[in-house]
This record gives sequence, C-alpha cells and structure tokens, in this order.
Amino acid sequence: MTYIAKPKFHHPQLPRNALGLTHRDYEGSISTLCAGCGHDSITAAIIEACFELSLPPHRVAKLSGIGCSSKTPTYFLGNSHGFNTVHGRMPSVLTGANLANRDLIYLGVSGDGDSASIGLGQFAHSLRRGVNMVYIVENNGVYGLTKGQFSATADRGSKSKRGVVNTDASIDLCALALQLGATFVARSFSGDKQQLVPLIKAAIEHKGAAFIDVISPCVAFNNHPGSTKSFDYVREHNEAVNYLDYIAPRAPIKIAYEPGTVQIVEQHDGSKLALRKLAADYDPGDRIGAMTFLQTHAAKGQIVTGLLFVDPEPEDLHTHLNTVDTPLNALGEKDLCPGAAVLEKINASLR
Amino acid sequence: MPKPSPISSVNDFVVRFANVNGSGSASANELFARAVLRMGVPVAPRNIFPSNIQGLPTWYEVRISEAGHLGARGGTDLMVAMNPQTWDKDVAAIEPGGYLLYDSTKPLPAAKFRDDITVIGVPLTAICNREYTDPRQRQLFKNIIYVGVLSALLDMDVAEIEKLIGEQFKGKDKLIQPNIHALHLGRDYALNNLQCPLPIRLRKANAVGDRIFIEGNSAAALGALYGGATVCAWYPITPSSSLADAFTRYCARYRIDPETKKAKYAIIQAEDELASIGIVIGAAWNGARAFTATSGPGISLMQEFFGLAYFAEVPAVVFDVQRGGPSTGMPTRTQQSDIIACAYASHGDTKHVLLFPEDPYESFEFGALAFDLADRLQTPVFVMMDLDIGMNHRLCKPLTWDDNRKYDRGKVMTAADLEAGKEFGRYLDVDGDGIPYRTYPGTHPTRGAFFTRGTSRDRYARYTEEGAPYADNMQRLLRKFETAKDLVPRPVQANAGKPTKYGVIYYGSTSPAMDEAIQMIEARGHHLDRLRLRAFPFHSSVSSFIADHDFVFVVEQNRDAQLRSLIVNECGIDPVRLVPILHYDGTPITARFIARAIGDHLDALKVTPLRKLVS
Repeated sequence: MTYIAKPKFHHPQLPRNALGLTHRDYEGSISTLCAGCGHDSITAAIIEACFELSLPPHRVAKLSGIGCSSKTPTYFLGNSHGFNTVHGRMPSVLTGANLANRDLIYLGVSGDGDSASIGLGQFAHSLRRGVNMVYIVENNGVYGLTKGQFSATADRGSKSKRGVVNTDASIDLCALALQLGATFVARSFSGDKQQLVPLIKAAIEHKGAAFIDVISPCVAFNNHPGSTKSFDYVREHNEAVNYLDYIAPRAPIKIAYEPGTVQIVEQHDGSKLALRKLAADYDPGDRIGAMTFLQTHAAKGQIVTGLLFVDPEPEDLHTHLNTVDTPLNALGEKDLCPGAAVLEKINASLR
Repeated sequence: MPKPSPISSVNDFVVRFANVNGSGSASANELFARAVLRMGVPVAPRNIFPSNIQGLPTWYEVRISEAGHLGARGGTDLMVAMNPQTWDKDVAAIEPGGYLLYDSTKPLPAAKFRDDITVIGVPLTAICNREYTDPRQRQLFKNIIYVGVLSALLDMDVAEIEKLIGEQFKGKDKLIQPNIHALHLGRDYALNNLQCPLPIRLRKANAVGDRIFIEGNSAAALGALYGGATVCAWYPITPSSSLADAFTRYCARYRIDPETKKAKYAIIQAEDELASIGIVIGAAWNGARAFTATSGPGISLMQEFFGLAYFAEVPAVVFDVQRGGPSTGMPTRTQQSDIIACAYASHGDTKHVLLFPEDPYESFEFGALAFDLADRLQTPVFVMMDLDIGMNHRLCKPLTWDDNRKYDRGKVMTAADLEAGKEFGRYLDVDGDGIPYRTYPGTHPTRGAFFTRGTSRDRYARYTEEGAPYADNMQRLLRKFETAKDLVPRPVQANAGKPTKYGVIYYGSTSPAMDEAIQMIEARGHHLDRLRLRAFPFHSSVSSFIADHDFVFVVEQNRDAQLRSLIVNECGIDPVRLVPILHYDGTPITARFIARAIGDHLDALKVTPLRKLVS
C-alpha cells in the first residue's frame, strides 16, 4: 500500500554500482499490485537493469498509460520524473517528451490493453517513427483492474477464468513491431529474470525504438488451466531462441562461452550483445526471418522469447528530423526568436 | 419597375469571381486583389471554396473599400462569371444596377441574363484558342486575360500589375513575359471593344499606409516562431493545415543553425489529433514550448487530453481555426462554434483559457503570448481563430517585436533552487495565486522528481483518493483561473459619441463587420457602446460593462449563442440582459446583417409601447 512508507534501511554490505548507488536507490514506493503479480518481477528486472548499467536515476523519464502495468512506474526509480498519462496514449506523450530533450532515457511502460487495444495506433506510430525509447508491454492477456475481460493479445481459443472462450484472433505485438520497423524487438517472460534483465539493459542502450513484450501472468484473472498466459502454460511453451549478455563499451568479455554457441553483435556505441544461441538457425539480424519464425512457432502454440531482432546501427526520430544536439527545451530567446529586424523584412515582403 | 441606373462608385464596391476549383484561377484572382492594394486602396478578399480538389465551384470575393471596411459586405457589384455550373445563382446574386463580365464565346439565350444589370461579354475562350494551342495554357492564361479586361474596365494601374507578375514569378523569369502578354490580350480587347472605364472603377489613393497583407494562419505561425515554440505536432485538417505548413516554412528559413545546418525545432505530422495533443503535452511537460493547430473535429478528439493537461497542470498551446460544425459540418466555411467545447473541454470540472484574435495582427500577438500564458499558468491555452481570419489575406498593422522581450517560462524550480534546499511540492500554492512550481525531468539527482498523473493526488503529487486533498486541489485550480483573469488580454472598449443605454459585445473575426455596422446603426439614429472581448476567463470589466447598460447585444457566429452562455454562466448575468445576434450560415458575418438585426431591434424599442410588440 502506498501509504505505508517504505523503510529506508538496508544492509551495509549491499553492493554498490559505479555511481556508488545500491539497488535501493533505484526502487520506488511499495507495489499495490496483487501478491505474485508478474508485473512486480518486471519492476524488479527494471531496477536490476538500471542498477547494473549505473544509470543516474534522474536521467530516466518513465512514462505509462493506464492499467495495472501502467501503475508500475511508481514502484521503481523514485528519483525519476514519471508521467502516468491517459489510456493508450503513453507513446505520443513519450514522443513529445523525447523531442523536448533528447538527452534523457525514455522508458515507456504499458500493458496489452493499453497498447494492443485502445492504444494500438500510438503503439504502431511511435515504433515506425523510431522514437529512441524502451517500450515495455507487460502482457497478461486480460484487463485486471476491471476484473478479467479478455484483451486483444489473448489467444483465440484460450479460456477466461469464468470459462468463456476467446473467439477473436490475437494480436502479436512483436510481429507488429517487426513489421513496423522497430530496431530492437524482444520477447521475454516475467518469470525469467536471467533472460529479461540483459534484454532491458540492451534495450536501454539501444539508440532507437526498442520494444520488449514481456509475458506477465495475472495471478488474479489469468493463471488458470485453459489460459495461454498462465505461469504453467508459458513455462511449458516457452521457445527461447537465445539468452543475452550485455557488455558495455570497452568492457572485456569475461564470460567463457562454449565455442560456436555465442554470437557477438557489436553495437554502434561499441557495446556488445553476446547471444547464447538456443535455436541454432536463428538470426536476430534478419527481420523477415524473425517474422516467419514467430508466425511458424505461434502456429504450433509456442511462445518465442529472446532477442528477436536488432539493428546495430539504428536511426532515431531525431536523426530523421535533423534536430540540433542541444535539447530543444534548453534553447532560449537567442536561439529561437529571429528578432525585430527580421520581422521588419517579413513585413516588407507582405506589402 | 424602372430599370435601376448602373451602380457608380469609385474605390467602393465588391467584385466576385465565380470559378471552377482547380482551374488555376486563385493566383489570377489574388493578383487582381494585390493590384488594387498597390494602388493604395484597401481590399478584403475572401475565398469561398468547396471541400474538393478539382471540379466544384469556388468563389473569390474582393471587397474594395477606400474607407477601409474589411468585413464581408454582402452582395456583388461586379460578377466575373467563369463557371457555367453556377451561372444562374451567380447572375441572381448581382446587385440591381450591377455588372456581369462573362465569356461570350458561346452565345447564351437572353433568358440567361437580367435586364437590370450591365452585361459585358468578352470572348475569352476564343481569344485563348486563337493565341494558344496547349489546353493547359488556354485554361491558365484565360484567368490572366480576364484580369487584363478588368484592368481596363476598372481603370487600374497596369504598370503595378506587371510589377506584381514580375514579383510573383521571380526566379522563374521565363514565365513573366507570357503572363504580361496574356494580361495585355485582355486589356487591349477591352480598350478596343468596350466602354472603359465603367462607372465603378478604381482611383489611386493613399489609404493602405504601412499595413501588411497576410493570412491569419501565417501570422499565427509567425507568432509561434517568435514565441519560441520548438515542438509542433499536428494532423491535417481544413482550415488549420496552412498554419502548420507556414510554421514549417518559417522554421526552415529562420530556425536552422547556421553552422551545423541542424534544426532548432521538431515538427511531427501525427497519426491523429489524439497523438498531436499527446506529443504537445509530453514536450511541454519536459520543458519545451509546444503547440498543435486544429479545427473542431480535432478539438473533439483531444478532449480527454485537455482534461489531463488541466488537472496535471501541463502547458499546451492549441490554435483552433474554427469551421462550421457539428461533426464534419461545413469544413470549408467559417464559424465561431467551438467556444463552449474549448472553454469547458473534457469531462469533470474544467475551465480553459481562450484568446480571441480579431485579425492576423492579433493572431501573431496572441500566438506568441499564448506560450507565455501556458507556461505561466501551466495549463492549455486556446487561440480561437476561424477560417475567415485564418485562410484569407487580410490587411492589418505591421507585426512588431520588442528585442528586449523575454519568454515567461513561469514557475520552474532549477537545480540550484533545489540544491539550495527550497521546499518543493508540485501542487503547493506557495505564492497564493494558485500557481505551483514545477521541475523539468532530469533536473536534480535526488530532489524535485515527482509523478505526473491524471488521478487525484495531494500537494506533494502523491496519489490519494481522499476527499479533502482532492477538493483542496480543485479549489486551487479555481484560484489559478482567477489569476488568469488579470494575465489575459483585456477587453477593448469603444464608447458611442453620445451616452447610451445599450451596448454590444463581440469578438474575433466579427470585428471589422462590427466596426462598419456601428456606423450604419448610428445612421439609423441609434448609439451603442462596444466591448470587444479578447480572452476567457472574462476580466471584471465585462460584468461592469453589462451592468452599465440596460441591455447588451452579443454578436457571434454560431447558432447557440455560445459566448453569451459563457458570460451568463461565468459572470452570473441575467440572460434577458444579453440579446443574441447570431449569424451561422457559414459565410462571414456582414455589417449589413449586424446593422439590420440590431437596428430593427432598437427601432422596435422606439415605438410607443401602447400594444405589446410581437416579434
């Protein structure tokens, strides 16, 4: 409950990162979600990723829409500005914020109702514009706050808690993101921290539109037999194509990999993504191949997870608009106002 | 009925061109209007155009008035009838004693004309066919040829027209001579075959002064440029698209860093109006000045976001170039019918700041001011333009800018403030004016971060569903709106020459017609004090103006007397004291309409009330 203040004490030996901060410095207030909610695991993964990357918390702006998932930004990065916008409209607000200050890290958190139903348009257009952001959908296939209605990512044929069978085709947000030109597309599972944390780190460091669909079971309304978004179902049908290690620029590769099992993807900024391949034939540099792979496995009822696609040399919206390096919100009269003499000339041209 | 004598007038008449949309007539017609202006005679042109790209009827009306009346007058003295589709309607629209210029290449039956007007036939098609072989040239030059005919009929300064053609095609110089040639084809035909000039004609004057000729949308875009807007998000919609287009053009010219060639602005054509306003709110939350330009349907779509910006207190500037509603309504016609939709936009208790520019000059002024107000008040500000101001060239005062002017970024706590230990509560009313302090994201590592939300919260931006802090916040928002009353532009009052019991309130594009109507009403022996409203919330002088008069007319361009309702509601005025004068057929309001409506009302009062008047 948010009115219970979170105790500030922590173990003196708690590990510190390069900024001298501990995990606790990346936390927010106590979660008000249900005990066991997948979303809380994602919150923990975000905290872990930001801690490990030694991000100054105040340089992250966290934005969300409306719904259970969109509440979570309150539960991490308490020293960051947050914006809980309106239902399905986080992407446009994030786009505007990003235009105003290109120097911050933008973390958008949304849900399947927020992004696949009411906000499908904004989801699509923010990705096709290449907004430099991390866009996480905490995907549980149901509307939790309104008591368990199907969302648009619920699979056809899956059953609701009350036994109703979903007859509508489901929307695969990763497939859409690939088609729309997102330059980083991943899927993971809230119960698989090992896979999720490095994906979030890589997405944060990615200088373009990064999308992560995280299957995150709803313990209250979608964790029963017949659901395809339950803990049990996802564990049984998880088809992980790879696991990832994010290696910061200039950092040595410390982990010993079995030869032939690791693919190193070098990023524009010098960072590396070490992919431990699980599906031998999977190439995360092949957008069209990724789309086919997703569809083929979806048809078999499998949930493909891992880094599905990455463009190591992405372009972002600021590149397309050719905006100045200084954040637009830092420009003043001198930069922006052409002045009285120019206005005189404009007047003269209008006579 | 005796045949009326031909209208005779120097520098005071209305020419209307009836054309087919997409036939290239617009630039020829504008050339005509500009040529009149160059003779020192004020003009007020108006496009009456369809929602169509090619083929439907379009009109261009040029009111010529040395006296300087820039409102639509109503009626046509000289019709240039170039569209067979609308012939009957166009001929019928000519004032008795007026003139009809038409293409006489193909003979028309006598029944197609009127005998109370002067008919002037020029075989335009025949001239074109003789001169040109290319069908496109025949079409385009026909327009210039009729301008040549008019130059002779109206005794215009042909040298000025030639000069304008030179300016128009600067850089495409090989087009200059053919256009001048076409001009003279028409002019020579008229001089050789017609009686020139007509009793209506032009004469050089000195009535334009240093005024400029600009569309309101361009002027508003300049306001945004000068006002420091860096983010613009918009969705194409008539009649506001040309505002975003103009901003794009001016930015490309004046906002490119000379060294790096990079842009000091970001313009996004969004996927819809919801995204447009979302982008604006996101950018303004993050400390940039941002705006959108839209019209009625866009305003409807943006409602939920307006509530968020009001409640979460995020600045936003919205240019609403109003058109005929409701629904798609009359997309290419003018109205002032979004007043209520904007003043109380969104669900729940909301009130928004509106500005009402009367012309391009104020579109520029208010366009720039809106950004200061939005930042100062941390709330959406609507610049309520309309199609009549936005999409027509209008003569207005030259735009001015004081180089010492500083942007008012409002109450923003800096890293230094926070470091110095200043108390920060996002929704704390520190100064008693209802306006709290805000911080931009990324300001300080450990202080000043807060969560922005549309849900209720306490003074420190902490989520709460408790009644008391919610009510406390809503009351503070009201105090803030009170503060706004003294920050927005004051009404402009003009008193009648004599003491009078009657007043009139008006706003926006009604202004020029109202100014002219006053003279006509005075000629009928009535006097009115005038109050031109320039903003909502209403300044206290609005209530006192109403209190000072027995009753006050409220002139506006919508069906439901929206501004009147707003005054009744916000100032607690007895509705019977406010007499609505409403014009809402999509055409710009005219002085004739206002003078008739108000004049008849006041005439009726003069009748000794022995028996009850039935209206």
